[in-house]
Amino acid sequence: MNQLDKIKTENIDGYKGEGFMVTKFSEAIGLARANSIWPLPFATSCCGIEFMSTMGPNYDLARFGSERLSFSPRQADLLMVMGTISKKMGPILKKVYEQMAEPRWVIAVGACASSGGIFDTYSVLQGIDRVIPVDVYVPGCPPRPEQIIEGVMQIQELIKNESIRRRDMPEYQKLLEAYEIE
Amino acid sequence: MTNEAVLSEIQSKFGDKIIAHSEEYGMLILEILSDANVEIMQYIKENASCKMTFLTTLCGIHYPEKSGKELCVMYQLHNMEINYRLRLKAYIPISNPKIKSVSGLFASANWQERQEFDFYGIEFEGHPDLRRILNMDEMDYFPMRKEYKLEDGTREDKEDKFFGR
Repeated sequence: MNQLDKIKTENIDGYKGEGFMVTKFSEAIGLARANSIWPLPFATSCCGIEFMSTMGPNYDLARFGSERLSFSPRQADLLMVMGTISKKMGPILKKVYEQMAEPRWVIAVGACASSGGIFDTYSVLQGIDRVIPVDVYVPGCPPRPEQIIEGVMQIQELIKNESIRRRDMPEYQKLLEAYEIE
Repeated sequence: MTNEAVLSEIQSKFGDKIIAHSEEYGMLILEILSDANVEIMQYIKENASCKMTFLTTLCGIHYPEKSGKELCVMYQLHNMEINYRLRLKAYIPISNPKIKSVSGLFASANWQERQEFDFYGIEFEGHPDLRRILNMDEMDYFPMRKEYKLEDGTREDKEDKFFGR
């Protein structure tokens, strides 16, 4: 087995032999999806600056297969919300989420996106989970690029381990119904 | 142009429409009749001896303790040629927060009057498009009015090492 095969089959269940491997379709697809996430950066403030650093050569999110940012929600897999979301921005964020095709994941980067942070005030949404479901929260004000990468890796774990058609799961449909998303 | 000269010029023209005057940090402040805001500002803008053609800013103020004069609209005018500034204040009651719009005189007042409507609920009569501008359209209160309790300083529900304060 060469180096590349070793990495690729590290976390996968299956039968391995000389030059071949048998595994479940869902595992293979999960692995492929996890390593080709197209993120949509929804950056409104300082966490967005940390994200720029995360995408840059020092931290290099491309190592995780996420170098291709999608600035259209229609092609994006992962919505990265970075920064303070005001109540006025809430419906826009929800619309962006609704325009994303399944499968889709959401990561809330920083204290503001997760809970409103220091902005405990009339105009700021107290966490984006008030309008859209969130898969991974990254704490910090702002979080360091290492933390953002850790968050993306958590998303990768989710992608590898959940059903490849999670939109058909009753729990997931119930969750979307709770947010009044069709 | 001195404060005294400007004051006597405006006073001789408008008389008792200038309710009071004072000076702070060298800047002349005139309290004007709220109904007369447009005519006074038009005069100050167009009259050759004033020529304050630039509206630096316009803002709302809430004085909860001043009964009948709870809301105030403050205008700052600027004569760009000789760098002279003037401040005007017009008080209106919170029960009937209406004042004439100066957006016909100064185009920049359009945005600022919308903002003051948004935050204080001051209705600028004659404004071409008086809608909320910064807050969400569904908001049914005026957040900058001093009628909300200050936060309890001992509040603990947001104390969180990573996400709160």
